[in-house]
Amino acid sequence: MSRLEPRKVAMTLAAPVIAIVFAALVTALVLAATGDPVWSTVTTVWDYGSKPRVIALTLNQATTYYLSALAVAIGFRMNLFNIGVDGQYRLAAFAAAVVGTSVSLPKPLHLLVIVLTAMLVGAMWAGVAAVLKVSRGVSEVISTIMLNAIATSLIAFLLSKVATDVAGSNNRGTDPIPESGHFPGIPLIPGSPLDSFGFIIVAVLAGIAYSVVLGRTRFGFDLRATGRSESAAVASGVSVKRMVLLSMLLSGAVAGLVGMPQLLGASYTYSIDFPAGLGFTGIAIALLGRNNAVGMALSAVLFAFLDASSVILDINDISKEIVLIMQGTIVLSVVVAYELVRRYSIAAEQRRVSRELASQGSPEREEVAT
Amino acid sequence: MRRVTTFAAALLAGALTLTACGGSDSTNAQPEASGSSSGSAPASDIKVGLAYDIGGRGDQSFNDAAAAGLDKAKAQFGVQTKEAEASQGEAEPAKEERLRALADAGYNPIIAVGFAYSASVAKVAKELPDTQFAIIDDAAAVGPNIANLLFAEEQGSFLVGAAAGLKSKTNNVGFVGGVDVPLIHKFEAGFKAGAEAAKPGIKVQSKYLTQPPDFSGFGDPAKGKTAAAGMFDAGADVVYQAAGGSGGGVFEAAKAAKGLAIGVDSDQYNTADPSVKDVILTSMLKKVDVAVFDFVSSVNDKKFVAGEKIYDLKADGVGYSTSGGQVDDIKDKLEAYKAKIISGEITVPTK
Repeated sequence: MSRLEPRKVAMTLAAPVIAIVFAALVTALVLAATGDPVWSTVTTVWDYGSKPRVIALTLNQATTYYLSALAVAIGFRMNLFNIGVDGQYRLAAFAAAVVGTSVSLPKPLHLLVIVLTAMLVGAMWAGVAAVLKVSRGVSEVISTIMLNAIATSLIAFLLSKVATDVAGSNNRGTDPIPESGHFPGIPLIPGSPLDSFGFIIVAVLAGIAYSVVLGRTRFGFDLRATGRSESAAVASGVSVKRMVLLSMLLSGAVAGLVGMPQLLGASYTYSIDFPAGLGFTGIAIALLGRNNAVGMALSAVLFAFLDASSVILDINDISKEIVLIMQGTIVLSVVVAYELVRRYSIAAEQRRVSRELASQGSPEREEVAT
Repeated sequence: MRRVTTFAAALLAGALTLTACGGSDSTNAQPEASGSSSGSAPASDIKVGLAYDIGGRGDQSFNDAAAAGLDKAKAQFGVQTKEAEASQGEAEPAKEERLRALADAGYNPIIAVGFAYSASVAKVAKELPDTQFAIIDDAAAVGPNIANLLFAEEQGSFLVGAAAGLKSKTNNVGFVGGVDVPLIHKFEAGFKAGAEAAKPGIKVQSKYLTQPPDFSGFGDPAKGKTAAAGMFDAGADVVYQAAGGSGGGVFEAAKAAKGLAIGVDSDQYNTADPSVKDVILTSMLKKVDVAVFDFVSSVNDKKFVAGEKIYDLKADGVGYSTSGGQVDDIKDKLEAYKAKIISGEITVPTK
């Protein structure tokens, strides 16, 4: 494996840092243009965001975002764009909630059954897109978007069948999962009345597994190779169809986990106000984190922090839409920044090679290289 | 120390926004923006926090009605107010955090607008026993410091349903619901019962624009227009919409099809685009503004009452509007239905 070169690390970090700085500048300009004081906005958000309770909240949100980003990243590494994480996790969470209420098992087993159900359903829903792609060549971008819409209607239909209306409530959801199916919270942040999702452990393990499987196994190598160049992968004996199917199933299974922190750690029921849209946030975070396990963790925390700050902005009469502007700008500029850094590093590499060749005394080669 | 800095920053931000933001954004441009009371209203040290669900002030419907009640209370009692709004697709802890942040900033009472706040209010109210809460459209969150403000939407819908039945010449009317949620089912059930009562055997078409968690059906006039146009094409001549911001599209479809439409929540004859006023037969009034104002008034008088307060026909919390004069000829019949519902002779179904 390649060792850590400081130069390479700097190059890797350059793009996200440039993007975030640029986004901060744009956001500051928008704030200034709408007449909001930039500096006090920053201090307000910072003071609020560093309260123990808000840190715990941020971390909880980041746990969910991170799982979503992982699911998206598995597809990205294989050059598959799984936009369907959104539908996959919602359907999975719904199925898991139904199964969770209808079986009664001792504690660890109950949890396991719920989580496995979620992963299975997530994988299944992603599998529909995968099968369509390998058998009919349907683009997964199109099919997963459509599957999102189908999931929405399917859940609404099934929910109306299984939900029992609670007197006086205008909400509608599955019956609450009994105590044995709850994932206990852990008091991770000192001084916070809010426990952290116990599921954060699962998220960390998933991140490690992602790193190891993709970076250290034959399967991971095949997957990345197929993502880089399909023809090269075929030439070296990799079955592309098998890889598409497997990576899509894996992506869907991880997507199934996205709803779990909320379901097993906070709401214990799938109701019509279950958080939606996490799959799309995952895409942004995977982009910013460059599909890297650590990078995505940092991006997830950043996005969660920005989200949490929207509450305090609103209360201080600063448009909370500024958070969306900042997040949007980050995503846009990170794409541009990666391209710029990539070009720069190629140029730098060429210069380095030509310098080395020049020192070996081969003037003709130098001209070719530059 | 940190708390102090936060407060200083918050105050500074608030004050500067007030002076600097001359209309940077439609919500901030409203006179209520924030800070100390002004004008002729008497000063009050009560600080009222209002937490909206998605949409917030400016939806020309449910949230605006709550905002109107708040504005009235502000003008009358000189209370200080602060409004906060949910983000699309946020999780429940974010709602709790909004309530806590309002309480932290000294707002008491806090009014949660919409059933989505049910779990959050139940939880935060327990944590903060000295803060008084009100929640609209939910009776599931109960506690000694929670007031539940409820509406009998089905009763008001029954009356406009009867109006639709009496006015329909094709014996065919329609209902457009914004999002397929239990709350909107009450509107549909009441409307159907009313139409059936006025004209037995009448055909009622029914359509919901979106399914949760897609709440765009409450804010997409194009969807409303398409759905209503389909109903007019299929023979309906009166369409009732309980679709929030999508309702404008239903009015346009009615105009194009030379049919009639019925508004919802507030008297939409007064708020709709002038070009479609003549198609608005009546509006089902859900007086959220009255509920909000009453609640603030009770707190102002130090007479907070926990538990359910039901705004039905009897309490004049729901009803129908007469602006435009299109229901003048059937008003006697509608009043008769109203009397029967109040006396209990007619029980309106809720689903």
